[in-house]
Amino acid sequence: MIRRHPAGAIIATLLATLILGTLAAVAWQARGLSGLGPWDWQAVRFTLWQAVVSAILSALLAIPVARALARRRFRGRAALVTLLGAPFILPVIVAIMGLISVFGRNGALNDGLRLLGLPEISIYGWQGVILAHVFFNLPLSVRLILQGWQAIPAERFRLAESLGFTPRDRLRHLELPMLRAVLPGVWLAVFLVCLTSFAVALTLGGGPSATTVELAIYQAFRFDFDLGRAAMLGLVQIALSLGAMTLAFRITIPAAFGAGMQETHTPHGPRGWRRGADTLAILLAAVFLLWPILSVTANGLPRIAALPTEVWSAAARSIVMAICSAFLALTLSLILALAVARGNSRWIESAGMLPIVASPLVLGTGLFILLRGWFAPQTLALPVTVAINAIMALPFGLRALIPAARILRADYGRLAASLDMRGTARLRYLTLPRLARPLGFAGGLAAALAMGDLGVITLFAQEQPTLPLKLYQLMNSYRMEDAAACAILLMLISFALFWIFDRGGRLA
Amino acid sequence: MLELRDITVTLDDFSLHADLTVPAAAHMAVIGASGSGKSTLLSLIGGFLAPNNGRILWDGQDITAIPPGQRPVSFLFQDQNLFPHLSVAQNVGLGLRPDLRLDRDQQAQVSHALAEVGLSGMERRRPASLSGGQQSRVALARILLRARPLLLLDEPFAALGPALKSEMLQLVARIAGETRATVLMVTHDPRDARSFAPRTILIEGGIAHAPVPTGPLLDDPPPGLRTYLG
Repeated sequence: MIRRHPAGAIIATLLATLILGTLAAVAWQARGLSGLGPWDWQAVRFTLWQAVVSAILSALLAIPVARALARRRFRGRAALVTLLGAPFILPVIVAIMGLISVFGRNGALNDGLRLLGLPEISIYGWQGVILAHVFFNLPLSVRLILQGWQAIPAERFRLAESLGFTPRDRLRHLELPMLRAVLPGVWLAVFLVCLTSFAVALTLGGGPSATTVELAIYQAFRFDFDLGRAAMLGLVQIALSLGAMTLAFRITIPAAFGAGMQETHTPHGPRGWRRGADTLAILLAAVFLLWPILSVTANGLPRIAALPTEVWSAAARSIVMAICSAFLALTLSLILALAVARGNSRWIESAGMLPIVASPLVLGTGLFILLRGWFAPQTLALPVTVAINAIMALPFGLRALIPAARILRADYGRLAASLDMRGTARLRYLTLPRLARPLGFAGGLAAALAMGDLGVITLFAQEQPTLPLKLYQLMNSYRMEDAAACAILLMLISFALFWIFDRGGRLA
Repeated sequence: MLELRDITVTLDDFSLHADLTVPAAAHMAVIGASGSGKSTLLSLIGGFLAPNNGRILWDGQDITAIPPGQRPVSFLFQDQNLFPHLSVAQNVGLGLRPDLRLDRDQQAQVSHALAEVGLSGMERRRPASLSGGQQSRVALARILLRARPLLLLDEPFAALGPALKSEMLQLVARIAGETRATVLMVTHDPRDARSFAPRTILIEGGIAHAPVPTGPLLDDPPPGLRTYLG
């Protein structure tokens, strides 16, 4: 009497087979740890070191900004908090263009240093990698810590006020316990992101002192065409991610502040010098995050119309690929989410979350090893990129869709069953209309991430570049003006794709 | 005729046994203390719950393995009887075709059913713009169109006031009369049971007892039911 729905299980199995299969292919190709030279071990050390430092810097710098945002109210605060979410869908390579235009050789910072007769700084090398990682992860950290601050019930602050707490008492009794609970999680989130960093290391790093494992995979694959070494490095990358994930199980400690009445309260931030310090923290953060983007916008926007045709064709190619990727990701995550909501399938959820462990470069290497007998690398490049981008977006899609699918089933599952709504009728008149919002949001994320991705595509194609790859090629040939215009075009398209999907979901 | 033959269902530490027959076109109340298994009994008949053993027969045909929507059953739940994103006409139309591909004739049937329950001209409204009583009427219009021979009511009108509730029960009785449907109605209100159902299934001690006349049962209830009714 219980109808069988094999689609979710089939897709989860395929997904697990694909990810674990490519891993197996990689493992089979690997020659054992003896295949790794001192350079490769240097890459492992650098990967860990830069991830640790980037995570510490992001988390520490985020504290004063989050506190200032938590206890001050000012015009534009809401916009600033929203803006802090934007780096998630900002293509990495665009941010790198922005950072180069401020911190690069001809950037404003070095102009200033020259004017003062001070030595120039270089953005290339480990310092550039860490700068870019902080640029991306500071906003994420601020948002996470701000959530922690806002999770402290207003009643506690009111009680503190009535007891005549000084800011120091408040820090000790309310804020430090919260930070102790939240910071390890924040640190770990940033650490995980930096561990699989590829595009940043590709553009700003390199050389013995600033090569990550992902970059080393790329170099072994593309320049040495040493599949065995690429595969071995891939295994090392997986081991690093798995190690970090097991760390994650120990570290996430929930904050133990009881529930409070959710009332909107205006916080009374302390006066005096602390007011000035808060203003400074917010201003510095806003300048650090906005200046690079505004700078590259000022350089690039006027030149967009003059971009060469090959940039426009790359843009068109990327848009088509991003949309395909988004719809593929949506289809897969919807089927998986509905299967998870039906309830009997923890392993389906786990399969959907597997891409978190798999790095796109390792997946790409594995797929190449598996498919090279049948297809030429050039014909593989675009479909493999579309597929891998869709797979990498799955965890985000599932995170948005699973709770919504559970609610849908709890609210309307029996009614739909009693009316015999099945298949396309159920999809059209129940599932799609009720899940339109999370679907639009998830699709927007998937499209923007795919649009901006500079990852697996670098392994294969150069004749048919995507827009991010085209931008990278322009940067490499020092056509920085075209590169700036290209970056702005890429940013506008990424944001537009997110907006269209998300908006579409809201209006549906 | 509905037959429950030696049905047992076990959920965690709760179990229910039923072995009884409900004659065709009967109006039957289902009564019992909270958590006694009234909704469980309806879920079994509706197909949302599989019995551990035993069989369910309708007119002699085994329906135990048939999915809910294909059983000869219409179900009114405690809440969520309408899809809020569909119009009133679409909600009713689902009773004719779950894929809503209605021809002109069927659309006319929808309007006719809406007129029948006193909602003429409300076709294009959304459920949210209707009152609680009107929403119940939409669900009843759909039941009228589905015309299934077995109607299961799991306290769908509990949120309505007493006057509105008895109005709805009269409407149910009329619709059931028109379609010659058998009705099983869960209730915790003895007055509803007396006015609507000549016979009652009492659920007590993990057993759904065979139907008995409603009046005598309520006049002299067994101890468990007496405590519940107060």
